[in-house]
Parts: sequence; structure tokens; C-alpha cells
Amino acid sequence: MRKIIRPCGLHCIKINHLGVVIGEQEILKDISLHIHCGSLNAVIGRNGAGKSTLIRAILGDVPHTGNIEFKDREDGQVQKLRIGYVPQSLNVEKQTPVSVYDMMAAYQSRCPVFLWKSRRAKARILESLDVFEAGYLLDKQVCNLSGGELQRVLLSMAVMDAPNLLLLDEPVSGIDQNGMDLFYRTIYQLKENYDLAVILISHDLDYVKQYADHVILLDQTVVKQGSVRKVFQSQEFLEAFQGGAGLPENAKGQGS
Amino acid sequence: MGIFSWLEYDFMKYAFLAVLIITPLFGIMGTMIVNRKMAFFSDALGHSALTGIAIGVVFGMEDTSLSMCVFAIAFALLLNQISSKVASSTDTVISVFSSCSIALGLAILSKGGNFSKYSSILVGDILSITPSEILSLVFVFCITLLFWVIGLNKLLAVSLNQTLARSRHIPVSFIENFFAVLTALIVMVSIKWVGILIINALLILPAASSRNIACNMREYHFFSVVFSVFSGVMGLIVSYYVNVATGPTIVIIASIIYFTTYLWGRKYNL
Repeated sequence: MRKIIRPCGLHCIKINHLGVVIGEQEILKDISLHIHCGSLNAVIGRNGAGKSTLIRAILGDVPHTGNIEFKDREDGQVQKLRIGYVPQSLNVEKQTPVSVYDMMAAYQSRCPVFLWKSRRAKARILESLDVFEAGYLLDKQVCNLSGGELQRVLLSMAVMDAPNLLLLDEPVSGIDQNGMDLFYRTIYQLKENYDLAVILISHDLDYVKQYADHVILLDQTVVKQGSVRKVFQSQEFLEAFQGGAGLPENAKGQGS
Repeated sequence: MGIFSWLEYDFMKYAFLAVLIITPLFGIMGTMIVNRKMAFFSDALGHSALTGIAIGVVFGMEDTSLSMCVFAIAFALLLNQISSKVASSTDTVISVFSSCSIALGLAILSKGGNFSKYSSILVGDILSITPSEILSLVFVFCITLLFWVIGLNKLLAVSLNQTLARSRHIPVSFIENFFAVLTALIVMVSIKWVGILIINALLILPAASSRNIACNMREYHFFSVVFSVFSGVMGLIVSYYVNVATGPTIVIIASIIYFTTYLWGRKYNL
């Protein structure tokens, strides 16, 4: 994440006919998406629509059919797609002696974290934390971070090696209103200033309305996708969210 | 009589050497066993030693250490596999397999009323260790150190979040299985000297004490090793003068350290 490049709009990520079957159950079928760099793509849908599974399938964490291509549109060359991922939660209990440095170095550096702090790794980590104004958290224990702080640390970890695609899995749980504002502004700045595409699972339709470039309404398959206006005014959207069942809490009474 | 008079006997010298190898090993290993919430897993592994011996006896093996190690490794891999597949919680699965294997081991070993022959393994006896057995401890110690230098980062990454680790191309199941096998190996090579009943205490207590006061991985490992070596050496000396079994003495000292650090940690860290 060193260079700040204006999004060129020339790369794109194509997901072709992606399907996931777990056991006997078909979780996702025939998902085709076209993700442009520099765009914020919000995935919405009722609970159990397969949003998290979609993220895990793109990551390669669950086996799937179909394929994912990454194209540099200028010369049509297929490159290796680098994906940054922000998990929903971490397995850390109270009192776990893992500092922010330890965690980030564990994923990013070969220098064994139990022996010494590598100066190079530290510099890289700090640089990336500073993007999200989280440099002061470097030596704090991960288990003592607040929801918002952890979110920023995980974000800086996800963008450390300049991903082409950033995946965020319901990142807004356990954060207050101010934190949410800050979070969405950060994501917005990220996709404006860096050469990456964002796929974000969101439960908060107000923020989706405000920030998303492209909305994907998911229910086993892509029910509707397009601009915010197009999706929010569609019949499918009304059916998914106005029926009462599966209505996201934040959208209740506010409708669209 | 000098202060090192307890080192006059050869068996004390060997025991001292063995303690100097086993305790740092346990201190290091314990950190990740506690971090990964595998305390129960390593306990079950210790108990599976009985079954390993029983299998060796059934096949008429002279030296049951081999059958013990092979069985423990198979057991560890099986447990890992099953706990990742089965939906019910891990501790239930481990408990089922552990009790099943203990019962099997006890049944076979007690055939013909011979169990007392094997009961020494329950408590263990570090004073009976021989130089060649110390060598095998050194060997396992080197493997562990090597894995720690190369693989600890990855193991920590896997423990924090599997999906995230996988997205960074870390071979998750290989790392997890390797760690389980290593745990099995360490438990098996040291179980004769430490004893089934208390081996888990030695693995868990130093790391748990260290957790009370450490803030990062470096402190965590440092304190864990220091506590482990300290309680090992002190336990050996005290047991020599008081004339009680060494293993339990070590565990008592380690427990005292745990409670002290617990109180200290509550006072300063919360």
C-alpha cells in the first residue's frame, strides 16, 4: 500500500457463474458479477441469503463452482488477484498476550514474533496503521481494543500488500454511530485514493444509499443489481425488505 | 556440604539435565497450547499413553515407547480431523475419544491383574532417566525450536482467524496437524519422567501464569520459559531434600507461581 494511485477504471474482476453447495444444500447458484476497480459494491439481502458464503467463496475458503477472473482491460492480460479480507471477528479472549504488532507481523512477516521485533516489519506495519490513524495502537493488546479500533487495525492489515479487491464481512457490528460514520468515510476514501475494488456486506441501508456505487441484492442468487437508485426502487428490493421478515434493524421504519 | 551437594549423585545430574531440557520445551509449547485453547486436547493425549503402551504389549514389543508415540500421533491427527468435522463442541468430542482410549488401555493392561507393573507411568520418575533418553529429549527440543522459528507466525495467524490465514495462502490444516503431532511427540517422550497425571499441569501452568502478566508474544514466551525452568529446578532440589516425588513438587511450585501472578496481574493489569 505504498503508492497512492488514482483508480484507473481499467481493471475489472469478473465472477462467472459461481455456485456453492454445502452438503446437500445449495447455498449459492449462478452468481455472475462484474466488479470494477475504484468501485464500492454493497451486498445486501435478508439473513441467510448467502452473503457471508459469497465472501468466503471468493476468498477460496469454501469450494465453489464457476470461476473468478481478474483482467487488466488494457491488454486483456490475466493477472493474479490479490485479495484483502477484513474478518468479522478474531479468536482472542481477554488477557491474550498478542499485541497489534504481533498479530500483523504474524500475517505479514517471517521474523518470528516471539524472539524480537523486526524493525523493518515494524516500519511497514506503522506506515499502514497510520493510513487509518491507528499508529498509536501498535503495542496495545488486541483483546483490549475497542470495536472501532480493532476495525481500523484489521483494515490496515487487509490493505497492507496493496490488494486489488477488498472484502469486508459485516464489519459494522459492535461499533457506535460515530464509528460507523468514520468507517464508511474511511472505506470511501480508500476506494477513491487506491487502486482497488471493495465488496462490502452491509446491513445498514442508509449507509449503502449514501456510499455505494453498485448494489447487489442477494438471495441465493443475484436477485437484482445495479445502481443504488435502480435496486432500491425495484420490486425485488421491496419484497426482500418490506415483507417484514429479515428486515435489517436499521432499516425498520425508514423504508426506502 | 556445598550448595550443589545434591548434584553429587549421577542420577541427580541426569535428572537436572533432563529438567533443563524438558521445562523450557514445555514453557514454549504451552504458550500456543493455551492460546489455542488446547489444554484439554493435550490432557487427552497424555492419557492416550496408556493405550499406546497397551498396544505395544499386545504386539509383544520390547520397548513400548515406539507404540506409544505412533498411537499418540495417530490419536492427535484423528482428534484434529474429527473436531473440525463434527458439529458438536470440541471438548465433548475429545472427552469421548479420550475416555474410550483410556478404558481400552486400562482393560488391556489390567488383564491378569498385572496393572501395578505399569502404574509407575501415572506418576513418572525423573530420577531414573538415562543419558540416551536425554538425547531423545534434545532431539525433540531441536525440532520444536526449529518449528517455532519457522512456523510460529503462521500458527499464530491460523489461531487468530482461519479464513484470514487461508486468504494469505497459509496452509492451515498442515500447520494445525503439525502442531498437534508435535504436541503428541513432546508429551510421549517426556511422559515416563513426568507422569500421566501431572504432565498437563506442566504444559499449561507456566503459560497460564505468563498470560497473567504478559502483554505481547515476546513477554509471553519469556515469562513462560522462566517460570517453567524455575519451577522445574526448584522442584527437583526441594524434592531431593524433602524426599517426595519430583513431578508433584514441580507442579506445586508452578501452581504457587500461577496464583502469585494472578494476584499481581489483577492488581496491575485490570
